[in-house]
Amino acid sequence: MYQTTYHCPSSVEEAAALFGKGSDSKYLAGGHTLIPVMKQRLAAPSDVIDLGKIKELVGIEVSADALIIKAATTYFDILRSAEAKKAIPAIVHLASVLGDPQVRYRGTIGGSIANNDPAADFPAAVLALGATVKTNKRSISADDFFKGLFATALDDGEIITAISFPNPAKAGYSKMRHPASRFALTGVFVVKTKSGDVRVAATGASQDGVMRVPAVEAALKANWAPGALENVTISAEGLLSDIHGSSSYRANLVKVMAQRAVTAAG
Amino acid sequence: MSTVNLTVNGKPVSANVEDRTLLVNLLRDHLNLTGTHVGCDTSQCGACVVHIDGQAVKSCTVLAGQASGANVTTIEGISNGDELHPMQAAFRDNHGLQCGYCTPGMIMSAIDIVNRYGGKLDEDTVRHELEGNICRCTGYHNIVKSVLDAAGRMSVAQAAE
Ligand SMILES: Cc1cc2nc3c(=O)[nH]c(=O)nc-3n(C[C@H](O)[C@H](O)[C@H](O)COP(=O)(O)OP(=O)(O)OC[C@H]3O[C@@H](n4cnc5c(N)ncnc54)[C@H](O)[C@@H]3O)c2cc1C
Ligand code: FES
Ligand code: FES
Repeated sequence: MYQTTYHCPSSVEEAAALFGKGSDSKYLAGGHTLIPVMKQRLAAPSDVIDLGKIKELVGIEVSADALIIKAATTYFDILRSAEAKKAIPAIVHLASVLGDPQVRYRGTIGGSIANNDPAADFPAAVLALGATVKTNKRSISADDFFKGLFATALDDGEIITAISFPNPAKAGYSKMRHPASRFALTGVFVVKTKSGDVRVAATGASQDGVMRVPAVEAALKANWAPGALENVTISAEGLLSDIHGSSSYRANLVKVMAQRAVTAAG
Repeated sequence: MSTVNLTVNGKPVSANVEDRTLLVNLLRDHLNLTGTHVGCDTSQCGACVVHIDGQAVKSCTVLAGQASGANVTTIEGISNGDELHPMQAAFRDNHGLQCGYCTPGMIMSAIDIVNRYGGKLDEDTVRHELEGNICRCTGYHNIVKSVLDAAGRMSVAQAAE
C-alpha cells in the first residue's frame, strides 16, 4: 500500500470539507473493498476520510411507510435489527448471505452501493425496492443511481447519508453464491409494491452491473407465482461470461433465482 | 505518521505508525504479537482474525487508525496464564489443527461464533459461520468438532461463573 493520510472526522460536514482539501481523497466506510484495493495498489488515495465513526451516519429507523438505513450501518447491524426484520425481512436475509461473518461486521450498505460492484448484493435490493438514496446534497432515485460497472450518479466528494426503502407488499431475494468469493454468481430481488407494481432486479448477471428484468416483471405482474416464469426466456445478450459461468448459464440463473425469490417472498 | 492509542489484550498501548499501517502490522511488527497470521492479500483467508470490541474481524483489512480507541484481543490474550482457553483446549483435544497456520484465526472466529450462538450451535451453523476462515490442511471436520466441543465447555464455564 502507498502512503496516505488518515482522517477521522466526527460529522458529515467535516468529512466533506476534508475531502475537498486532499489532492485525491477517498472516503472509507467498512474498508472491505477500499483497503484490499489499496493493498493491491489499484487505488492510492492521498487522503483517506473515515466515515465509520460519524454517529449521524449509523442507525436504522422506520417511518410509517419506509425503512431507513443510514449509510455507515454495517451488514451485521442490519441483519440483527428487529425493525428491519419486521419491515422488510428480505433485506435481513440478503445481509445474512453477504460475504462471511467478518465481512458482515465491517462492511456497510453505503459502501456497497457507492462501490456498485457488478456482483454485489445490496444494489439489487435498492433497485428492486425503488429506494431513494439520500446524500449530503440531494435525494437520488434508485433508477437514476446505478450507472453501470462500479459507476454511480454520485458527484466527486458527495456522501451517501441514508437509503430509504419503501415498504413493499412482498419482497424476496435469492442468490447463487460463488463458493469461494461469496459474491453473487447471480442474485435476484423480487418486489411487489403496495400499489401492485412488480419490480425485479438481478445482480451478478449483466456486464453493466445491476439491472431490472422486464420479462420477469411482466410475467409476475400477470401472476405472482414461481410457475409464472416457467416459459419465460431470459436473453443471454450482454450478460457476464467467465470461467465461473457462461452468459447462457447466468441467463438461466436469473430465471431460477427469480422463482426462488418469489417462493421466499410468499 | 500518527499516534494510535488502543487497548490490546487488556493493556493500554500507544504506537507511532505510518497512516497506511494495517492493524495486523501494528500487532505483529510493532507489538511483536506474531500469533496473528497473514495468509492472503485478498481479505479471504481469516488467518488474521482478532476481536475488535468483541467482534471477530480481519485485521489485515482494518487500518491501525480505525482501531484507535478500541479494545483489541488477539490469540495471545485469551488463555488464563498457562491454562488454555476452552476453545484452544478443544482444538488440541480434537486434533483441530495440523500445520497450525490458520489456527489463531480459526480460534478467534470460533470464540465469536460461540459468543453469538451460545448453546444453540449445530454442525451446519458452525460450517456456515466458518466461511471466512480457510484451512489448507485439516479438511475442516476436526475444526467443526472442536468448535462444537468448546461450545459445550464454554457454556458449562459460563454457567459456573
Ligand atoms: C472476503 C470478502 C467477501 C465479500 N463478499 C461480498 C458479497 O458476497 N456480496 C457483496 O455485496 N459484497 C461482498 N464483499 C464486499 C463488501 O460488501 C464491501 O464491504 C463493500 O463492497 C464495500 O463497503 P465498505 O463499507 O466496506 O466500503 P469501503 O471499502 O470503505 O468503500 C468502498 C467505496 O465506497 C465509497 N464509500 C463508502 N461509503 C460511502 C458513502 N457513505 N458515501 C459515498 N461513498 C462512500 C468509498 O469511498 C469507496 O470508494 C466482500 C468483501 C470481502 C473482503
Ligand atoms: S490475511 Fe487473509 S484475510 Fe487477513
Ligand atoms: S492447520 Fe494448516 S492451514 Fe489449517
